Amino acid sequence: MTNALSRLLEKRDWLMADGATGTNLFNMGLSSGDAPEMWNEEHPDRIMKLYQGAVDSGSDIFLTNSFGGNASRLKLHNAEKRAGELSRISAELGREVADKAGRPVIVAGSVGPTGDIMAPMGPLTHELAVEIFHQQAEGLKEGGADVLWLETISAPEEYKAAAEAFKLADMPWCGTMSFDTAGRTMMGVTSEAMVKMVEKLENPPLAYGANCGVGASDLLRTVLGFAAMGVERPIIAKGNAGIPKYEDGHIHYDGTPELMAEYAIMARDCGATIIGGCCGTMPDHLAKMHEALSTRPRGPRPTLEQITELLGGFSSATDGTGDLSDAPTRRATRRRKV
Amino acid sequence: MSDEEDDIILSELSDDELVDQMMDDLYDGLKDEIMEAVNILLERSWEPYDILTRPLVGGMTIVGNDFRDGILFVPEVLLAANAMKGGMSILKPLLVETGAPTIGKMVIGTVKGDIHDIGKNLVAMMMEGAGFEIVDLGINNAVEGYLEALDKEKADILGMSALLTTTMPYMKVVIDTLKEQGKRDDYIVLVGGAPLNEEFGRAIGADAYCRDAAVAVETAKSFMARKHNRAPS
Repeated sequence: MTNALSRLLEKRDWLMADGATGTNLFNMGLSSGDAPEMWNEEHPDRIMKLYQGAVDSGSDIFLTNSFGGNASRLKLHNAEKRAGELSRISAELGREVADKAGRPVIVAGSVGPTGDIMAPMGPLTHELAVEIFHQQAEGLKEGGADVLWLETISAPEEYKAAAEAFKLADMPWCGTMSFDTAGRTMMGVTSEAMVKMVEKLENPPLAYGANCGVGASDLLRTVLGFAAMGVERPIIAKGNAGIPKYEDGHIHYDGTPELMAEYAIMARDCGATIIGGCCGTMPDHLAKMHEALSTRPRGPRPTLEQITELLGGFSSATDGTGDLSDAPTRRATRRRKV
Repeated sequence: MSDEEDDIILSELSDDELVDQMMDDLYDGLKDEIMEAVNILLERSWEPYDILTRPLVGGMTIVGNDFRDGILFVPEVLLAANAMKGGMSILKPLLVETGAPTIGKMVIGTVKGDIHDIGKNLVAMMMEGAGFEIVDLGINNAVEGYLEALDKEKADILGMSALLTTTMPYMKVVIDTLKEQGKRDDYIVLVGGAPLNEEFGRAIGADAYCRDAAVAVETAKSFMARKHNRAPS
């Protein structure tokens, strides 16, 4: 393994990833409705400031501003032809920031979902999905990304299509899914099902895990689910800074930097190796997380009770793993016996 | 499974058995079987409206309930909705011909500033699966676009979706404009999206916040029932 992330993983037993992209860019003046990827070209200074914020807070890995930089998403802004180019620029800007950091910092080329539902349920075919992901992957590679970073995926079919595309681009990669529906992804994937799916891939990721979703508690329950499956690849935990709350006409994420520091420590104790934030996670949060990860000792694997005590309750009673003998089952139909 | 399938010959089932089998087949997402069964019931002189409401909407209600209860997930529900649409493609022209009451018509889109549409797409697909007519305005809709479509389509329901905390307040702009123009009571306004909650829905004056696509369908159905009951017959 000659890539920068593998080298770093050999030397360290935890790495810190970055926080939010969207939340930070909105604070810098991005209008909602605009594609953030356009800023790679229009406001490279602000994108580099976003990256620099993560680096200055201690992140070992940051994700490029290319989450929606695939043809399927950019089509909504009539920019589908620019997917490769905008992705390339996002990585070039990242390279510039990382190379000046004075320590190894990984530029991870962010690849988000296509936003389309895959066949047979929806219109997106496997072949087209591979093509869309491949195009973006080549752009990120050309721009100098160290690894590709698939994130916020719900459908196993889409995850597999990306894995295939990344092989075509000959790039190492990481990939996380978003467990936002009663502990599963929107498409019903449990942490257990993800492990089984990933470990069967012809081109498996260097590391995998969960990002975004509901809150820090749910995310850690998912990480415990990965760990319970005996996952040997590094596990990634990138949770939101709490849950958005609507109070007195304002909306804010309820996770404080102190709370996210607790989350980071617990994520590591749950078995995660790569720990970061997602929506709502600002440089202040990252700095506290880094301080906690650097100074506090490892502890025993937390129980579900300890997670809820410290970080708040779960969004659902179960996450579809473990003992399901009490869980309701599918209707027995005549054609398909349960 | 294929052995089981061979055992069932839809045309040999009694009406009641066939309705039960259609509910099963919807649950299993079997489009061809649903279309075949709809044609059989039409040959047996069933009213199109009865076919729509008994086996199809009835079957989708079971699917919706199991989705709500975490037994089924989006892929299964989309397959069921697709099977339902197969049946609807046969029934729709007949329903128009016979002047049967429609289940309801919904204008849906993500609000101005919001480009996240997968939740909206799911709601549209499931609403369609439940027999509603859907006018999908896509992403990034300004208040004028919503109002024009509601008026032009003679819609019953307005569905607005937002994924961002920065865009959800725009829903209030749309509702306030409806109020100003005296049109608020003409429509059922449903809102949804990951960062929303019931409290927010109430605060902006929506009729309901819908947690997920299944809840959206149920909520739309119950509001439409109330609307029909209110209407002078």
